[in-house]
Amino acid sequence: MRPPQARVDMSSPLIQLTGVSVAQGDSIVLQDIDFELRTGDYVGIIGPNAGGKTTLLKVMLGLVRPQRGQVLAFGAPPREARGRIGYVPQYARFDADFPISVAEMVGIGRLGRRDRRRDRTADRISVERALTRLELAGVADVQVGELSGGQLQRALIARALVSEPEVLLLDEPTASLDTPIGRSVYDLLEELARDIPIVLVSHDIGVISRTVRTIACLNVRLHYHRSRELTPEMVEAVYGCPVDLVAHGVPHRVFETHTEADA
Amino acid sequence: MIGEALSYPFFQRALVAGLLASVACGVVGSLVVVRRIASISGGLSHAAFGGVGLGFLAGFDPLLGALGFGVASALGIGVAELRLRQGLDTLIAMIWAVGMAMGIIFVSLAPGDPPDLLGYLFGNILLVNPQYILLVLVLDLLIVGVVATLFRKLRAISFDGEFAWVIGVPVGPLFLLLLTLVALTVVILIRVVGVILVIALLTIPAAIARHWTDHLSRMMLMATAIGATSIALGLFLTFGLSMGPGIDLPTGPAIILLTAILFGLSAAGRYVIARGRSPGGVD
Repeated sequence: MRPPQARVDMSSPLIQLTGVSVAQGDSIVLQDIDFELRTGDYVGIIGPNAGGKTTLLKVMLGLVRPQRGQVLAFGAPPREARGRIGYVPQYARFDADFPISVAEMVGIGRLGRRDRRRDRTADRISVERALTRLELAGVADVQVGELSGGQLQRALIARALVSEPEVLLLDEPTASLDTPIGRSVYDLLEELARDIPIVLVSHDIGVISRTVRTIACLNVRLHYHRSRELTPEMVEAVYGCPVDLVAHGVPHRVFETHTEADA
Repeated sequence: MIGEALSYPFFQRALVAGLLASVACGVVGSLVVVRRIASISGGLSHAAFGGVGLGFLAGFDPLLGALGFGVASALGIGVAELRLRQGLDTLIAMIWAVGMAMGIIFVSLAPGDPPDLLGYLFGNILLVNPQYILLVLVLDLLIVGVVATLFRKLRAISFDGEFAWVIGVPVGPLFLLLLTLVALTVVILIRVVGVILVIALLTIPAAIARHWTDHLSRMMLMATAIGATSIALGLFLTFGLSMGPGIDLPTGPAIILLTAILFGLSAAGRYVIARGRSPGGVD
């Protein structure tokens, strides 16, 4: 007889949503969402503003409790999986004037549940490594409010990484886009995606299609076929009309070319 | 002059009580200011007034009543904030008014002469009871012990409670613990230095310290030092004015005005430095 396995069975979903609906006040934010995140996944979720993208991530994290449906993270309610899911929120959601340096903020990622055996040296090394990896070593002692949007974005990614998550959820990490460093952030995410599954949420179709392995569309309802292909039908269902694609400056061709090149 | 002042036992007690109070106020005040809930000191101190009234009515020590009402109010608004997302400012205003109302009703129901309620709300630092000095020392030890142990977690929940929760920090219990520390500080120090001085010492020194440091731990140390300096200056100044030219100023309000002047100088200093750094003017 084999000893019980500490890790979750690789074939079972790490995060599983079944028939999840969320209402806030009178409006329905998410409706009948079914979603599975499995080992090896790198999912991009696109959708218009107010389409429920942030709420969907918060449901996975246990921050928002759905009115209907079931959420499982590592086979248990997400509350019990706290510390195993890394979270990169949209930036500027906290007090920019708070007296905390970049290194101190990143260090918060080390404070989780699994930190019972606190090791300050290990904490410091982990923070330094993350800062270097995200090209923030030079601003380690700077107060967080003084960072540029892109730097803050990377600091939030660093904070999530030092918690050594088994899954990574990112909300609109597009602030530093189309800059040399922005590119390296997506290179980094691709590198990370080799080890842990990632869910990336954005309203920017162009960004997501360049890096992720599969794409989902969300506008209250989720359209997801575990495929990389973004069909005009999906986009139309989510954005209402295909003109939006052109309005975003991303012709259909981009997706098709990409799909063929990598398929 | 300084030697003469220090020869009076009442002055010694006031100085020791003030210095001890500035430790609790510097540490707790920094946490309150960075969390932007400075009005909580006003709310809890007046909520505690309900307990004072109940103590008079039921015949137990009003301080116990104040502690009970203060801590219960702190926990009540904490739970309401965590569960209902009511918004702390609304809750603070509610406990402020409701606590006062209850205090007045309890006192009106009590038989005999109305007690000196104002004395309970506006303690006088020059009339400190030696027992209270010991109580403030215990309060300081408790606060410094708890905050030193849990510093990183308290900072994390104050900065970004959502993320702290996600990584498994017990945000709710820590938030309630923080509010309890604020309640204990406010209620105990009301009797020592008065409600107005408590509110001032919880906010102004921390706000000045924030001008000069970007680290919460240093902010606590600086706020303590600034509070202690203001109290000592205020005590010596009012004593000197009373002994010399014979001008009798109330000590508590004089201390508050001193801290306010320090705040103005500090803000002006920051402004000048900021303007020097960016030649275009204020950024």
